[in-house]
Amino acid sequence: MRLYALCVYLFLYIPIGIIALFSFNAGRHASQFTGFSTKWYGKALNNPFVMDALETSLIAAFLTACLASALGTMAAIALQGVRGWLRTLFDALIYIAIMIPGIVIGIATLIALVTVFGWLNPLLAALWPDGATPPQLSMGMPTLVAAHTMFTMSLVIIIVRARLAGMDRALVEASADLFATPWGTFRQVTLPLIAPAILAGFLLSFTFSFDDFIIAFFVAGSETTLPIYIFSSIRRGVTPEINAIGTMVMAASLLLLVMAQLLLRRGASKPPA
Amino acid sequence: MTQKGRNALLLTPAGLWLLVMLVLPLLVVFVFSFGERGAAGGYVPAFTLEQYANLPARWTAFKNTLILAPLGTIAALVIAYPLAYFLAVRCAPRWRTSLLILVIVPFWTSILIRSYAWIFILGGRGLPALLETVGLDDVRLINTPFAVLVGIVYGYLPLMVFPIFVSLDKLDKRLLEASADLGSTPWRTFLQVTLPLSIPGVATGCMLVFILLMGEFLIPSILGGGKVFFVGNALVDLFLQSRNWAYGSAVAMTLVAVMLVTVSVYMKFISRLGGQRDDISLM
Repeated sequence: MRLYALCVYLFLYIPIGIIALFSFNAGRHASQFTGFSTKWYGKALNNPFVMDALETSLIAAFLTACLASALGTMAAIALQGVRGWLRTLFDALIYIAIMIPGIVIGIATLIALVTVFGWLNPLLAALWPDGATPPQLSMGMPTLVAAHTMFTMSLVIIIVRARLAGMDRALVEASADLFATPWGTFRQVTLPLIAPAILAGFLLSFTFSFDDFIIAFFVAGSETTLPIYIFSSIRRGVTPEINAIGTMVMAASLLLLVMAQLLLRRGASKPPA
Repeated sequence: MTQKGRNALLLTPAGLWLLVMLVLPLLVVFVFSFGERGAAGGYVPAFTLEQYANLPARWTAFKNTLILAPLGTIAALVIAYPLAYFLAVRCAPRWRTSLLILVIVPFWTSILIRSYAWIFILGGRGLPALLETVGLDDVRLINTPFAVLVGIVYGYLPLMVFPIFVSLDKLDKRLLEASADLGSTPWRTFLQVTLPLSIPGVATGCMLVFILLMGEFLIPSILGGGKVFFVGNALVDLFLQSRNWAYGSAVAMTLVAVMLVTVSVYMKFISRLGGQRDDISLM
C-alpha cells in the first residue's frame, strides 16, 4: 500500500522534477543532460518577449484578483440576506460559470464582444466631437481582465460564503445590540473574521488568471500573456529556456498556493474572537 | 438605507458582470449557432438548422472526446482510489495533511507546463529509448491516444483523489472494526462497507474530472500532435483558423448539450445507487 502511494507520488512529481532538472542543463539539447548551468535562467530573464509577456500576465492577474475579491466578497455578503428567485438566479449563474468549459466561455466572450464592439465603434465615432479621434473598442487587457474576473469572482463568492456560513451569527447580533452601526459591525466583526477567506480567494484568483491559457487565448486580443507565449514556443520546439520559465512559474504558483492554504487553515482554526 | 436596498447595491456589480460576461456571450453563441457563415468568415444573421445538420463533419472530434473523456475518468479513478484509501485509512495521521497537500498542489499549478513535461518522457529519447534497451524497438508513444490518456490522468488525478479522500475520511472507522469483529475478511469489509460508503466521493470526483475533460484543449494539442483531437481543438480551429462562427457556435452548443445530458443521466444513475452528492470544495 505504501509502495503504491510512493509510485503515485513519483508519477505526480517526476515530470515536474524533469522540467526543473533540465532547466539547469548546460547543453542546448533538451533531452541530454550535459552539465549544470543557470544560463537559461539568465537568457529567459533577458528575453524582452518573455519579460513583456510576464508583465502582461502579472498586470492581468493582479487586476483580476482585486476585482474578483472585491465584487465576490460584496456579493457573498449580500447573498447571505437574500432568499427567493434572486438567490436561485445567482446560485444558477455561479454554477454555470464554473461548469461551462473554459473554451466555450472563451469563444463565447470573443464573438459576443467583437459583435458588440462592431456596433459600438461607429456609434462612438458618430457621437464624438469633430476633429478628435474617437476611441476604438477592441479585444485586449480590459477584456482579458473582465473575462477572468467573471470566473474567479464566482470562486470568491463560494469561498467567502462558506466562511460566512461558518461564522457565529451571535457575534453580529451582539454587535448590533451594543449599538454598533451596520458599517461598524461589518468593519469590526465580519471583516476580520472573513479576511482569511478573502485573501485566499485573492490568491486563488491571481493564480488562476496567471496560469490560464484557454480563455486568454481567445479574449486577449493582441496582448501576449506568459501561458500564450509558452504555448506558442512549445509549438516551435522544446528548449531549455522554456524549462527555466516553466520552473520559475511553477515555483511562484507554489508559493502563492502555500500562502492561500495557510491562510484558509489559520482562518478555519482560529477561535472566534 | 434598508437592509434590502443595501443587499441590492452590493449584488449589482457582480450581477451586471455575470450578465455581460456570461449570460450575454452564451446567448450570442446560441443565436449565432442558427446563423450562416459570412463570405470572409464571421457571421451573417439567418435562421437555419444547416450548422447543426453539418455536425457529422466534426464527428471524429466528438468521437475522440466521448471515448477518451470517460476512459480518462475511469483510469484516474482506478489510480486515485487506492491512494485516497491509503491517505484516509492506512496513513499515519501526522503525515496525512502534508501528503494530501502534496496531491492537491500540482492541480493548482500550470497544466500547460505539466503536460509539456510529458513531451520529454514520451518523446523519442525518453521512455521509447529506455524500452529499446530492453529489446522493444520502435515504440511510438508521443502523439498517440495513449499519450493523451497519460496526460489526462496526470493532469486530473488530484481532482479525483480529493473528493474520494473526503468521503473515506468521514467514514466511521468503528464500522470497519465491527465488520472485522464479526468475522469478515479485510477484502469483504472493503467490498461491503468501505466501498459503498465512499460512493458519494467517487461520484463527485468522476463528475468533476469528466466535465473538465469534455472541454479539454491543451492536453490533446500538446501530446496528441494534431492526430488525437478533442472537440476543444475543433473549436479553436473553427474560430481562429477558418473563422466559421456560425458552425463553431453550433459545435459549442452541442458540446454543452452533450455535457449537460451526460451529467444529468449520470446524476440520476448515482442517486439511484443510493449515494448523495456531497458539497466538496477543491481547496
